[in-house]
Amino acid sequence: MSSVMNQTSASDVMRRRSRLFMIGAFVVAAVAFVIIAAGGINKNLVYYWTPTDLHAAGDKAYGATIRLGGMVAPGSIKRGGSITGVEFDVKDAGGEVHVKSAGVPPQMFRENIGVVVEGTMDRGGYFRCNRLMVSHNNEYRAPKNGHPVDKKQMEKYIKDAQ
Amino acid sequence: MKTGPAAILLAIGAYFGFVVAVAQFHGVSALALGLPSGAIATLAAGCGVAGAIWFLFANDQADSSAPWQVMAGLGVLCLAFGSYYGLFVAPPEQYMGEVQRIMYVHVPTAWNALLAMTLAFACAVIFLFKPDYKWDSRMEGAIEVGVVLAFLLCCQGAIWAKPTWGVWWDWDPRLTTTAVLLFAFLGILALRRFVEDPARRAIWSSVATIIAYVDVPIVYFSVRWWNSLHQQQSNPGTVSKQFWLPLRLNAFGILFLMVAFIMIRAQLATLRRKQEMAPPLPEVAELGEAV
Repeated sequence: MSSVMNQTSASDVMRRRSRLFMIGAFVVAAVAFVIIAAGGINKNLVYYWTPTDLHAAGDKAYGATIRLGGMVAPGSIKRGGSITGVEFDVKDAGGEVHVKSAGVPPQMFRENIGVVVEGTMDRGGYFRCNRLMVSHNNEYRAPKNGHPVDKKQMEKYIKDAQ
Repeated sequence: MKTGPAAILLAIGAYFGFVVAVAQFHGVSALALGLPSGAIATLAAGCGVAGAIWFLFANDQADSSAPWQVMAGLGVLCLAFGSYYGLFVAPPEQYMGEVQRIMYVHVPTAWNALLAMTLAFACAVIFLFKPDYKWDSRMEGAIEVGVVLAFLLCCQGAIWAKPTWGVWWDWDPRLTTTAVLLFAFLGILALRRFVEDPARRAIWSSVATIIAYVDVPIVYFSVRWWNSLHQQQSNPGTVSKQFWLPLRLNAFGILFLMVAFIMIRAQLATLRRKQEMAPPLPEVAELGEAV
């Protein structure tokens, strides 16, 4: 079956045509890739704003529903008392934004973890969050106690101690 | 024997994989051929993937005795050991706890889904370069299995996301580009069902596959190019050693199963095409006249 197309002269025409198709497909694919990778989409496709972006946007930050992403500032988490839900600061290198969230945060929520919050900037100077998402980083670690000891690490400790 | 080189590659991969696993278990650095364990692990992985792909492409699916059963058996074995180790032997993650164990299927599914699309892309290019229908059959098989894996990937991701991120799904760049990948290749499968002429079907779907494949590198780089909810790629430096073995075993388990399924589906595609191209059977009435 495999040689059927290779024998007749009609198949030569087809082969030439299919190579043209291949070149066409590659050109289209390459153009699409370059537009997405190097073109303006990087600037226009924004999943979340950082606190820096939010401060830089000034008045434009108010009104629209936006996503804000950053780290939960250590020591900033407040719950209970007069607070419904949870309050915390989202920070990055360029500043902090105070966030008020009414819902119960996911179990992974803690200090120094990444979060993406969806909501609006309030004129009161805080971010009113309707949806709180935790974004962890790419680290996966075994617990330090009660599990097989990392011998290499131990050897290193012993060496360091000596 | 067509599968000879593939078997040799797989054996080398298994041997070096075993060396690395044993060395890791004893907490010493593996040394074989004077190589550090990182290099041995890479060598083992390379031989394993190359052997599986060789096995896939060396066997002509027109030959119904193509031993896909070998690959399926190896896959089930790896998946069983890897899952047992991942579920019962490896410790839970320090913050995520038991939920993190879904990583042992989610990450291998992701790798293999992208690999299946890559195989489909390779088949499409080879077909357009040197028209031979066996590449069309293999492409159909690879796309079908890739679509199933991409669908599973999204489901596993959602199951992992709910307890960790707090949501089942969000339109972040990684998730969105993966959904686009799933539907693009699903669309190619639909296209194949609509085109009746086998030659046109093969050419059109090859062209579509080459164009749709653009999304694969975008899926990979999405977490680096844009702000995303999904974390960036992990590497051996960011994952505790206790988690490596189940991850790697399951990756090969799914790879071998994937190869087996692609072989079966390619065989089926070939049979279907043969039936399409066969001359129609004479009408019963005509048969009567002839007699």
